[in-house]
Amino acid sequence: MRPNIWRYASPPEFYRLAGGLAPWFLGVAAVLAASGLYIAFFVAPTDFQQGESYRIIFVHVPAAWMSMFIYAVMAFWCAIGIVFNTRLSFMMALALAPTGAMFTFIALWSGALWGKPTWGTWWVWDARLTSELILLFLYIGFLSLHAAIDDTRRADRAAALLVLVGVINVPIIYFSVQWWSTLHQGASVSLTRAPTMAATMLAGMLIMSLAAWMYAIGVSLLRARTIVLERESDAEWVRELGALPQ
Amino acid sequence: MNWGSPEAFFAMGGYALYVWGSYAVAAACIVAELWLLRRRRRTLHRASSRSTAQGSSARASGQT
Repeated sequence: MRPNIWRYASPPEFYRLAGGLAPWFLGVAAVLAASGLYIAFFVAPTDFQQGESYRIIFVHVPAAWMSMFIYAVMAFWCAIGIVFNTRLSFMMALALAPTGAMFTFIALWSGALWGKPTWGTWWVWDARLTSELILLFLYIGFLSLHAAIDDTRRADRAAALLVLVGVINVPIIYFSVQWWSTLHQGASVSLTRAPTMAATMLAGMLIMSLAAWMYAIGVSLLRARTIVLERESDAEWVRELGALPQ
Repeated sequence: MNWGSPEAFFAMGGYALYVWGSYAVAAACIVAELWLLRRRRRTLHRASSRSTAQGSSARASGQT
């Protein structure tokens, strides 16, 4: 008998489970985002140094966290796929990449818009910003490499290898503000301000991060379902489930 | 409450371009992602029904 944890590694089981879960994740994400935005704009007070420009933090930090976290999860699935040769693991990695790239882009974009009023420049080639830009190229490189190879199994493995090599970039991004002198401020979770201020700002940031997390799970489950169908459109279970029009 | 008027809210203390520029682009990215995903799924469905239709018409006319 197969162990139970492998059950959802089977595409039809996964397809059913993901279809049931994704709307819940997206629903929770919407509720969290609404309450997070309310805190961000109406509860959190004006920053005494940066004025209202600091409110970019509520989109910038969650996006930046997700950009790194999604890459780490992608690397995990790629490693599992290479070691156990499970088809679904590669599909999960492929499903996560566009969402990760999107969050990376949002982090870079909101960072530029935050840098202009606070640093006086949209962009500098410092460690944090450069390594985050490299992360965006890694996501795009993964997707392009996968798209460039016709044989799906070879594409899966080659692109997974790229992800695993690139994973070295994630700790570099994270620790860059400590390792090199950079314009970018240090970790902002330890806000050393008046406790009530820090509490509402932190609450807003954490709720927005949780919303981003739920959204990322929901949307990548939906994308993974589509990828499963694209690859298995001729399979018996797709016909039995009526997942595609016949 | 931080804002005396809707105008003050939209002005963001003079940082409107930066704050709203960040949030607007983030929102646009999410909408675009969901739309692209929906389109990808619809393309798949259309391709599937087309190939099935061709298959059944081929069978109906005695071709394989």
